[in-house]
Amino acid sequence: MRASNVVLVMAGLTALSLSVVDARQRPAPPPPPAPPLPMPAILKSYPPVTDERLKRPTDGDWLMIRRTYDGWGYSPLEQITAANVARLQPVWSFSTGATNGHEAPPLVNGGVMFVSTPGNQVIAIDAKRGTLLWRYRLPIPEDAVVMHPTSRGVALHGDKVYLAANQGVLVALDARTGKEVWTADVGGNDAGYYMTLAPLIAEGVVMIGASGGEFGIRGFVAAFDLATGKQAWKTYTVPAPGEPGSETWPKGDQWKTGGAPVWVTGNYDAETGIAYWGTGNGGPWMGDQRPGDNLYTASTVALEVKTGRIRGHFQYHPNDSWDWDEVSPPILVDFQRNGRTVKGLVNVARNGYLWFLERGAGPIKFVQGMPYVKHTVFRGLDPVTGRPDVDPERKPATGKKADDICPSHWGGKNWPPIAFSPKTRMIYIPANENLCDWLTGAEVEYEAGERFIGATSGMKLAAGADHVGEVQAWNVDTGKRVWTHPYPTSATWGSMLVTGGGVVFSGGTNDRKLHAFDAATGKVLWEFPTNSGILAPPSSFTIDGKQYIAIQSGWGIDSRGMQSRLNTITNGAYPEVPEGGAVWVFALP
Amino acid sequence: MDCRRLPAAPDHTATDLPPRRTLLQAAAATALAWLAPVSVGTASASAQASRTARPVAGDHLVRNGDDRAAPLTPADIVAGGAPVIAWPVTPADGVVRNGSRLNRILLVRLAPDGFSAKTAAAAADGIVAYSAICTHTGCEVGTFLAAEQQLYCECHQSRFDPRDQARVVDGPAPRNLPALPLRIEDGRLLVAGPFTTRPGFEQG
Repeated sequence: MRASNVVLVMAGLTALSLSVVDARQRPAPPPPPAPPLPMPAILKSYPPVTDERLKRPTDGDWLMIRRTYDGWGYSPLEQITAANVARLQPVWSFSTGATNGHEAPPLVNGGVMFVSTPGNQVIAIDAKRGTLLWRYRLPIPEDAVVMHPTSRGVALHGDKVYLAANQGVLVALDARTGKEVWTADVGGNDAGYYMTLAPLIAEGVVMIGASGGEFGIRGFVAAFDLATGKQAWKTYTVPAPGEPGSETWPKGDQWKTGGAPVWVTGNYDAETGIAYWGTGNGGPWMGDQRPGDNLYTASTVALEVKTGRIRGHFQYHPNDSWDWDEVSPPILVDFQRNGRTVKGLVNVARNGYLWFLERGAGPIKFVQGMPYVKHTVFRGLDPVTGRPDVDPERKPATGKKADDICPSHWGGKNWPPIAFSPKTRMIYIPANENLCDWLTGAEVEYEAGERFIGATSGMKLAAGADHVGEVQAWNVDTGKRVWTHPYPTSATWGSMLVTGGGVVFSGGTNDRKLHAFDAATGKVLWEFPTNSGILAPPSSFTIDGKQYIAIQSGWGIDSRGMQSRLNTITNGAYPEVPEGGAVWVFALP
Repeated sequence: MDCRRLPAAPDHTATDLPPRRTLLQAAAATALAWLAPVSVGTASASAQASRTARPVAGDHLVRNGDDRAAPLTPADIVAGGAPVIAWPVTPADGVVRNGSRLNRILLVRLAPDGFSAKTAAAAADGIVAYSAICTHTGCEVGTFLAAEQQLYCECHQSRFDPRDQARVVDGPAPRNLPALPLRIEDGRLLVAGPFTTRPGFEQG
């Protein structure tokens, strides 16, 4: 063999050995992807959610958080009645795997239940069987600013599910698969903007608002195209200089950090195209650090959905200094007053007053207001405008302590929604009576993304208090309270549901129970202890003609905060409530 | 509005020379960068990683908002005063670890005779350091209630005892504020060890 051939053979052997080594080291080719699991029939037949269905749902539908645009939290179903609800039994339960406060109602469309939970999670469940269909999670950055890590629900339209994710991302999911269709960056989390509310869908857009009233944000409502996620409009709830309302911010740049967050979903009048959104506290908490009435803090704002224009407002208390967020939107209900029917708005405010207002093409008129819990701050209301006359002794300021403020900064009612029955003509209120506090203001410097509060506070019970939590029923036509159910050993964070069967459902108490009341009398008809405390609104729906009641149980965040403060001031009578989320579904046997 | 005010990285001047070891490291890094340009990106990535990494033993501290980034000394922490909010700084290259708000640290000075054994071991000259991020929902714990000797979170009114590992005294916080052990060296406050537990809150 010639030397050159030897070289060639050696080279060939080397190449061969290398290729053998390569083959040994090379990872095996990946197996062909497994064929996707067949889509369950219930998802294949998922019925699209149309504008018409949102406006006029069938009795068995629960397609949006309060079921209807007017915010009633009313189901016309009447299989479960005051006479038979005592026989209600659990059908299935489902652990969400999430902790913290679960504040979203189960929505049901075509037998598919959608729940959202803390941790930016959406779960689709077969509502009849309680089996998982799909699960979606959007991770939250570990240092995101999310002062209330929860979700108050999703919105449905077409074949999509919409989630307002905590870190400021609006997500559209395919309702059949749980896969992302689009995401829209709402932004601002570095500066303390975050989202916890359920989106509101109307007139081709999906609307959201921003939390962050404790971080010096400038609140807003924004609308995005349903199909693409492109922003349609954005309206700030604190006006810029020169805009209407800016005269209520007479000094400097305070409007830039003025608060008025929007963290509860608005209600909508399809006749006028107006959506009613509630706004929260001013930033910082002490009003003397931002002179003026500070529109549109602590207000209801009437927004034209087509354009985002502000068409009217009503401010429940100017120059908020008590952290009384008025984020709960008024419900839309026509009521009787002085022999005429008023196209009305009814709002149970955090400031402890029950407000009857008149709506129209935009402007909101005051009709009547009265306290529904012990109240020490307003000496009265202007009979024409409803503007409160504030007792200066009960208004804290920078370096000034105000004591015996009732209700406390948690409010006579916090975010949990009321319900209204057109049959009883009553609203049902989850109220906290006898809770007061003191507040002392302090200087605070703005730093983007950090607390911008400037206050210390402490909770106290009113003299002679024998309970805190209540369910109240008020007749909207008479403006009179009809019945009250006190909870002797608990506050309440129980969102309300009332049904055509004459039953009021609510959780909210530290005994983990879902309660059922006779809507006419307030008599307790049934109770069931779940895994944890219940904050979320119950919902009701039918599948194959059978009525179900659904609820998420999962205590935390503010309910945990109030419970712990009550535990301190009562020397241990309010111990920690078990936490961890689960969905429960109940039916008659 | 997206304008978080953070201290700039230290600007070493003639009167504030870095230690010789740092200069040598910098020279070596420059040489390597010249030899292999790709390492510039690596160095940048390393600095970014340092900005978000949790504090380690040997880090010094700078006051939040201090553009000069002067290292904190024991004299900067006044007994009974408001908590000083600070960031850790890497000892080798002076990177301020302000890339994550979970690195916000609060410092208070207290009478050490009331300290629990664990807090006494983590304290330096009566100064204690804790994560400034509330374990409830992540607000900054930035208030010291002098009468009660308690740290206070304005968002949900949790209270912590800084003399005893920042244990929860009242309110909804589910666990102590993580402690950051301190020591004093050459007149400066230094981190003596990592956070005792994970800073932050349960997101869901």
